[in-house]
Amino acid sequence: MHVSEEQLVLYRYGEAKDAAAIGEHLAACATCRAAYQSLERALAAVDQMPAPDPGENYAAAVWERLQPRLQQSRDREGAVRSLTLAALFPWRRLALAAAMAVLIVAAFLLGHFWPRPQTVARQPLPEQVRERILLVALGEHLERSQMILIELANANPGPQLDVSSERRWAADLVGDNRLYRQAAARAGDPAMTAVLDDLERVLLEIAHSPSTLSGGELERIQRRIESGDILFKLRVVESKVRRQEEKPNGL
Amino acid sequence: MSRPEIGRQEEFRLLVEQHSRALFGLAWRMTGNQQDAEEVVQETFLHAYRSFDRFDGRAQPGTWLHRIAVNCALDLLRTRRHDAGRVELEAAGSDAGDAAPGPERLLLSAEVQRRLTAALRRLSPTERAAFVLRHYQGCPIEEISRELRMSENAAKNCVFRAVQKLREALQPLV
Repeated sequence: MHVSEEQLVLYRYGEAKDAAAIGEHLAACATCRAAYQSLERALAAVDQMPAPDPGENYAAAVWERLQPRLQQSRDREGAVRSLTLAALFPWRRLALAAAMAVLIVAAFLLGHFWPRPQTVARQPLPEQVRERILLVALGEHLERSQMILIELANANPGPQLDVSSERRWAADLVGDNRLYRQAAARAGDPAMTAVLDDLERVLLEIAHSPSTLSGGELERIQRRIESGDILFKLRVVESKVRRQEEKPNGL
Repeated sequence: MSRPEIGRQEEFRLLVEQHSRALFGLAWRMTGNQQDAEEVVQETFLHAYRSFDRFDGRAQPGTWLHRIAVNCALDLLRTRRHDAGRVELEAAGSDAGDAAPGPERLLLSAEVQRRLTAALRRLSPTERAAFVLRHYQGCPIEEISRELRMSENAAKNCVFRAVQKLREALQPLV
């Protein structure tokens, strides 16, 4: 009986469980030995394709290009943290202002972000500046959501991980997300509704998780994030919103 | 947990200095072209920076960055698939063999590269990621399964399918 191709590949990479037996078989069987040598030649050809050298000063160039983006990241981080603080303190005026802002965004989305039925007479567009600010708010919501998911997706599964900040951020975002989702559903945009629905489930799971996660709990959340390709979908939706932002006439 | 900002910047700059080239190599293998590889390196460091305060040093920085880079490259590959339906792969080695081989050998080598390039393009993002991690990075299957968040059997299958496709592409030549 010959060694399977899959076993040969695993043997080549030192991953075969019965490596000693396979080695003995290869020494004795000319057919399998020829198959193994053919595999070796193919993989040697793969090794002949070197990655290009990015140059001696590559690290310096990376750092130079990175700096402005790191600054932006610090600015956004500050904005997210201040939002979190705002949500933590039960100041009525602040809460009212935040609720009003969310309602305005939802109303705007209902009216303008998704197309209206043809039978309804189109109202004049509101001020372009206002539209742009509201689109930015939606873009920021999607971006903040991504930041939380990326942090958790890339976290090292250790014995304990403190995720109390992420829990608070997720709890903050759930309410806004619900309004966006409902608005999208009412406006008849199933694709946007589905993405926001997926996002809401993940945000809820994070918001309801313990503030300290065990390795297993973190991996469960990571699998949840990974399973629906939620990060990819969010990126697509966000880039769509950003493109709308960049249009000279807004919407 | 948070570090003073200046110290944090300096620590992070050192990480960039030490790991940029290795990450570029990994990203190039995963994406197949220089522009995408550079984008992956940038995204990797950006994501790393955002969670830098949470990096507690239990894992090696290289391993940590490497994991982020794999995820960034996978995201990019999936985006490219949606955008263009395929991943471009530059023949980086085409200028590398300057040891004056004979014309027959040059032709054969060019044909091998052409076939490999085409075969690599046809790999799915996860097959390509699993193959790059196993073949070039020397990651064990168990680690690949963790990085790609799949079972060990699925990771083995990805590596196997990738090798099989590459072998089939090269079959008449090697």
